[in-house]
Amino acid sequence: MKNSLLSATKRGATVGAVTLGATALLLSGCGAAPSTSSNSGSASAGAGNYLGCIVSDAGGFDDQSFNQSSYEGLKKTETDLGIKVKQAESSTKADFEPNLNQMSNAGCNLTFTVGFLLKDATEKVAKTAPNSHFAIIDDNTIDLPNVKPVVYDTAQAAFLAGYAAAAQTKTGKVGTFGGINIPTVTIFMDGFADGVKYYNDKKGKSVQLLGWDKDTQQGVFTNTFDVVQEGTKATNNLLGDGADVIMPVAGPLGKGAGDAILDANKNGKDAKLIWVDSDGYLTAPAYKSVLLTSVIKKMGEAVETIVKDDKNGSFSSTPYVGTLENDGVALAPFHDLDASVSADTKSELQTIQKSIISGDLKVESAASPK
Amino acid sequence: MSDNRAAPEAAEAASAAPAASAGEADLTGTGTAASPGAAPGQGNRILREIMSGNALVSVLAVVVALVIGGLLIAVTDERVGAAAGYFFARPGDLFGALWASVSEAYGALVRGATYDPTARTWLGQLGIFETLTIATPLILAGLAVTIAFRAGLFNIGAQGQIILGASFSAAVGFGWNLPPVLHLLAVILAGAVGGAIWGGIAGVLKARTGAHEVIVTIMLNYIAINLIGYLLKSPLKDPNSSNPVSPALHDSAVFPLLLGPNFRLHAGFLLAVLAVIAVAWLLNRSTLGFELRAIGANPSAARTAGMVVSRGYIIVMLIAGALSGLAGVAQVAGTEKSLDAEVAGSIGFDAITVALLGRSTPWGTFFAALLFGAFKAGGTSMAVNANVSIDIVLVVQSLIVLFIAAPPLIRAIFRLKSASSRGAAA
Repeated sequence: MKNSLLSATKRGATVGAVTLGATALLLSGCGAAPSTSSNSGSASAGAGNYLGCIVSDAGGFDDQSFNQSSYEGLKKTETDLGIKVKQAESSTKADFEPNLNQMSNAGCNLTFTVGFLLKDATEKVAKTAPNSHFAIIDDNTIDLPNVKPVVYDTAQAAFLAGYAAAAQTKTGKVGTFGGINIPTVTIFMDGFADGVKYYNDKKGKSVQLLGWDKDTQQGVFTNTFDVVQEGTKATNNLLGDGADVIMPVAGPLGKGAGDAILDANKNGKDAKLIWVDSDGYLTAPAYKSVLLTSVIKKMGEAVETIVKDDKNGSFSSTPYVGTLENDGVALAPFHDLDASVSADTKSELQTIQKSIISGDLKVESAASPK
Repeated sequence: MSDNRAAPEAAEAASAAPAASAGEADLTGTGTAASPGAAPGQGNRILREIMSGNALVSVLAVVVALVIGGLLIAVTDERVGAAAGYFFARPGDLFGALWASVSEAYGALVRGATYDPTARTWLGQLGIFETLTIATPLILAGLAVTIAFRAGLFNIGAQGQIILGASFSAAVGFGWNLPPVLHLLAVILAGAVGGAIWGGIAGVLKARTGAHEVIVTIMLNYIAINLIGYLLKSPLKDPNSSNPVSPALHDSAVFPLLLGPNFRLHAGFLLAVLAVIAVAWLLNRSTLGFELRAIGANPSAARTAGMVVSRGYIIVMLIAGALSGLAGVAQVAGTEKSLDAEVAGSIGFDAITVALLGRSTPWGTFFAALLFGAFKAGGTSMAVNANVSIDIVLVVQSLIVLFIAAPPLIRAIFRLKSASSRGAAA
């Protein structure tokens, strides 16, 4: 029995190897061998003893949102600054601490933790590894000398988007919905609401915002960041209620919203989409034709700056707050719909941006970083 | 163990006598599954064969899954791709690259899960304790699936039961003020009660109305997920946090660490071992366990023999729920120390695989959970140190399910005899 089993295992392994060999043979086995014998492929970067690491939250590095942009920012430093990069994806909260511990083990100089959900794990591991540096994105509650909080006052950019939306609506109604009622989501919706209100006050109009009430902090939420169809559903409801500019704040569900709008426009509507986190024109090109603008959080840039500073020995635990002023948050260009936005609106947006930066115009949200 | 199982299996064999001859003649088993006029009991019988297949099939399923996982690691490795490009010029390079990529990845996996002398922290060096930590809730939830299965119920609801158990124990853990030891006991009890309620609902519905437990438990999972979402919005939410998490449990309410602050291993692991022993005793040595196994083997025969089948369903789902609830306690009072919506992670579903791999025996489940704990603990090390996505672990786990769910496939690959010659093979 044992012998037959052994030979069976061998046979299985051989079959596997042969299949693989045959595949390689068929595909491209005919190239010339490299002349150098040192083909081990370890550590191509020259100076790289500096180790930059990143731990995602449950979204993973392909979430087309903050995990991805942070990761891409770090990957960029790999080539630009010649550092080495290690990454670990989490699928649930229980993964955070083991992942961070692994980074500690691997001897990371600087570890990024993406998302406020990693707060407890980051704090705990940072305490046990006082000589390593950490930076946590979207959380500003850790007060340790080796942790740098990275937060974004997204409400500022969302304010601009709200104003632009109010200026562009033809039905007098704009809409938004969120993934889950949490600060990093509602901060977009608060800013958007204030932008609409500001437009109404300035122009004596009464553009209505559907899907979010800033005063009660209640609104439309899909209660998921995963099920894209829920985004379509929520958008169809908003469109049905008469909104014609929609801002989904629900990560991948933005695609569901885009689909709903493309569909509605085929049936005679003239609705528009506002993307969040990244410039949707680049990350979700399928919706170019209906994309009014995007509310951008520039994670990648912040990550690069922090790595650069740390590598030069000037790490500090002072929070990085992305604002319109330091270009950490921004309103994306109108791209294909540029012609549909009047020159007046554009110059008004410029003026508003200036007064937000100067502090004359305060954009406040319960979720704003303090 | 096989002695103890003999009685219910005999009952099964007696009732299934007409079908048995056809099934036994068909060594591959495919004919049985595909026969168009399959009796209603046929599905259950196949399921039972999957759940209680022999240990060799489990081991070989893991081996085959690891081999395929290794191939995936190899073909996605850039070095292998590069060496394949000049295969004819220097074939040795390809095999060298293959070996390098697979051995690095699995080497990191094994070191991460057991012992890694190169790591910089104690925790990293002795990954074995991390394996045990991660295995703890899996053992408990795996037992919940195992015990329900032995009574003939497919408990898909471990996820929901974990969530309820975690919620109850968290509420007691941060809401009450009790002296140290008493507080932890109250937390454990609350978790067991919470899980038992959720399991019990499915049990009562099955017993009283005949509602299929698979449907009911899946639906209860959804209810639990939304319930915890609600609970974390107001009643259990930490007033000092803007996020949907509960306050931290009091120090008196959490499991003591077994190996000091350098390791995460907590007393919940001892609880899990006790639970394995208790379930093994219950199933194999007690009257109740005999009744449950008899019901699982053949409800009609058990009823004829004077057992109250509906009572058995309710009791086993209460016990299963309580075990899942304890898995929730292990999460909340062991590693997480506060409640959040993700508290159950994928434990409830991994538990099904663990029970399958453990052939629905208590100790089998225990070792299967250890293996999965090792996969998880080693998987993070593999992701970080060998730069292989941890998703490969998920692939290997899924392949294991696939091969266990298709015993004929494994038997065909390794030319094993069918389950009917189980005694000889073991």
